[in-house]
Amino acid sequence: MISFSQVYKRYPGGHEALKNLSFTIEAGEMAFITGPTGAGKSTLLKLVAAIEKPSSGSVVVSGQNIGKLRRSAVPFLRRNFGLIFQDHKLLYDRNVLENVILPLDIAGLQRAESMKRARAALDKVNLLGLEKANPISLSGGEQQRLCVARAIVNRPAIVLADEPTGNLDADYAGEIMEMFKSFNQVGVTLLIATHDESLIARYSSRVLHLKQGELLI
Amino acid sequence: MNWLSQHRVALGLILGRFAHAPFSSLLAIIVFGVTLSLPLGLYTLIENVKLVAGNVRLEPQITVFLSPGANADNARQVESRLKEFNTIKQFRFIQRDQALQELLQSTGLVDVTAGLERNPLPDAFVIEPKSINPGGLENLRKDLMKLPKVDKVLLDTAWAERLNAMVRLGRDITLILAVLLGFALMVITSNTIRLQILSQREEIEISTLIGATDAFIRRPFLYHGVLQGLGGGLAAWLIVSLGLQLLNFGIVDLAKLYAAQFRLLPLGTNDILSLLLFSSLLGWLGAFLAVGRHLRRIEPRA
Repeated sequence: MISFSQVYKRYPGGHEALKNLSFTIEAGEMAFITGPTGAGKSTLLKLVAAIEKPSSGSVVVSGQNIGKLRRSAVPFLRRNFGLIFQDHKLLYDRNVLENVILPLDIAGLQRAESMKRARAALDKVNLLGLEKANPISLSGGEQQRLCVARAIVNRPAIVLADEPTGNLDADYAGEIMEMFKSFNQVGVTLLIATHDESLIARYSSRVLHLKQGELLI
Repeated sequence: MNWLSQHRVALGLILGRFAHAPFSSLLAIIVFGVTLSLPLGLYTLIENVKLVAGNVRLEPQITVFLSPGANADNARQVESRLKEFNTIKQFRFIQRDQALQELLQSTGLVDVTAGLERNPLPDAFVIEPKSINPGGLENLRKDLMKLPKVDKVLLDTAWAERLNAMVRLGRDITLILAVLLGFALMVITSNTIRLQILSQREEIEISTLIGATDAFIRRPFLYHGVLQGLGGGLAAWLIVSLGLQLLNFGIVDLAKLYAAQFRLLPLGTNDILSLLLFSSLLGWLGAFLAVGRHLRRIEPRA
């Protein structure tokens, strides 16, 4: 599903974010990327989502070589992903339901079908009662759950999460992780970057340790 | 994939944004309308002048005056020569005594002419030529000059040509004004859209991250431009119509003083449709420029 081979990523200015990274994540796998801040976790996820391109080596996602992808093909690749960000990236001029509908509008679904799916996604993250609320009025945990709902509403094959529990206390963090676990059980591939080792310890998933851009075995 | 629903989404988004900031949207439309109303108003006035000019007989007349000493035989001679011209549609002879009678009747100068010893007017032919092109008329005039006992040939199309030339000049000025102001409007729209893009930066970024194509992101801004242009066109129409109404109060009164009936006519349906099409196109172009220049700069920084 996701395959890195001898991937280097250098940013302009000479900073080397990733060094000689090679690994493969199979379809239906749930994997954690861990390591201290600045180890290259976010860069790795950006490569998968075609937000950045590798400086050398190849990144292949769903059979597509990210480095050689045309600009016009990128949106269609991204529709296979559900992206979850530490800072949520919600739109505060729209209500909760409209935030979740956005990916479906982008994919060009009919309104009626979009509504149905968006409500189902909100139901999964226990936000159904807050459809009409503005995201700004939600708590941190609720905002993160909304972000999760938006990521899964388009039934993605892969969910990429960058520090999804970064700003949450332990209870909320556990709640989010349980949701991820349940998505994984229905076949979704998950790649989760986190520095929270205690959270990872509870799951028997594969862990990729990064340190200064290198993969520790 | 359903393109119709995608367009509906974009349109809904833009109408929502308009409703969200009604004052600034209205202001932008009014600026557009006022600017457009300048060339549009000029155009309407010129169309009206053209209408008046069209009502006046534009067929040229040529008047041939015989020399004062010409007698009836000379006149008959000229008449028979005139019949041979195939460039003449018809002509009539005005005998000098008849001409004097007409003059007296039409001007009321009976007292003045009573003092004259003899009729000062010459015999004349009024000719209606077949062709109205200036070169042909000039040739005809030269040929007529060569006839015996002809003193003077007058071509009375000069004033009509002057009027036409003035109308043409007016149209050229309107066109230049329309092009210049159109360009300015495009720039204004482009700037409005640029601000829109900057204020929607976050939304654009997030949409790109979750798989929006360039077309999806462009669409609402292009709609914005078209709607602003369309609104501006409607505003210009409204402004010009109101202006015509106001002018007509004065013009109808003025015409009454001259015992004439005249009022400025409003724009025709075709003109209105062209105006709306043109203004929408301007808005679209402005939006297109802004979108092309600024969207590429907003790349996601997740």
